[in-house]
Amino acid sequence: MNAVPLSHGLILGGILFALGLAGLLMRRNLLLILVSIEVMLNGAGVAFVAAGSRWAQPDGQIMFLFILAAAAAEVSVALALLVRYYRMRGTLDADAARSVGE
Amino acid sequence: MSAAMEAAFYVAAVVAVVSTILAITRLVAVHALLYLIVSFLAVAVVFYTMGAPLVATLEVIIYAGAILVLFLFVVMMLNLGTRDRERERQWLSGAAWLGPAILSAILLAEVIYLIASGATTGAIAATVGPKEVALALYGPYMIGVELASMLLLGAVVGATHLSKQEARS
Repeated sequence: MNAVPLSHGLILGGILFALGLAGLLMRRNLLLILVSIEVMLNGAGVAFVAAGSRWAQPDGQIMFLFILAAAAAEVSVALALLVRYYRMRGTLDADAARSVGE
Repeated sequence: MSAAMEAAFYVAAVVAVVSTILAITRLVAVHALLYLIVSFLAVAVVFYTMGAPLVATLEVIIYAGAILVLFLFVVMMLNLGTRDRERERQWLSGAAWLGPAILSAILLAEVIYLIASGATTGAIAATVGPKEVALALYGPYMIGVELASMLLLGAVVGATHLSKQEARS
């Protein structure tokens, strides 16, 4: 009956989350850090939808919709901050924020 | 019928993982965004094969559409320097779009195959259509919808405030 086991969907979500986390820790470009956060949120969404699909309930999809709203809100504010940061510092290097209080 | 969905799930999962790996390792931001679009489209196919067509559609419209367009606008705004032309030429080189194009072609072939084979049931369990999701969303999850709308309103106000301050100073 269940052609694809639930664990495979969860593993895909876990892989995407881990890749996003790796990108978040590896990159110093703030834009790519935001991209990595998007990938992490997407991985969490895959896990939710897979679990909701396993029991044929809509709850997993609804949690994904909330993740989507949170991601959209986060990205709009973060990108506005990013543009200001670039105008202030002239770079997207996250390490340049070390002296942000000076 | 189910075998087609099962194969589609694994192919789309591999495309998603490969394009995500490529997205987080690119040096040029636009290349990363191209691979990220492919990654989101692949995840949309995964959702479709899982029997979640509404979420698959929203993934394409909002993630691959709206959020990626935001990223692209920021990249365009930040690259107003003198190196614009050479950078543009570099962006349009064949190597930049060949990878995403191949991965997208795999996804397109998969979707065409699925539509042609007439498979409609999910690979993991039965399909949960938009109607069930909508009934649950505006029933027990109503408070969540209200909170999400307030969150988005706050994000709009915040983004407007940040760009206003920038214009003044």
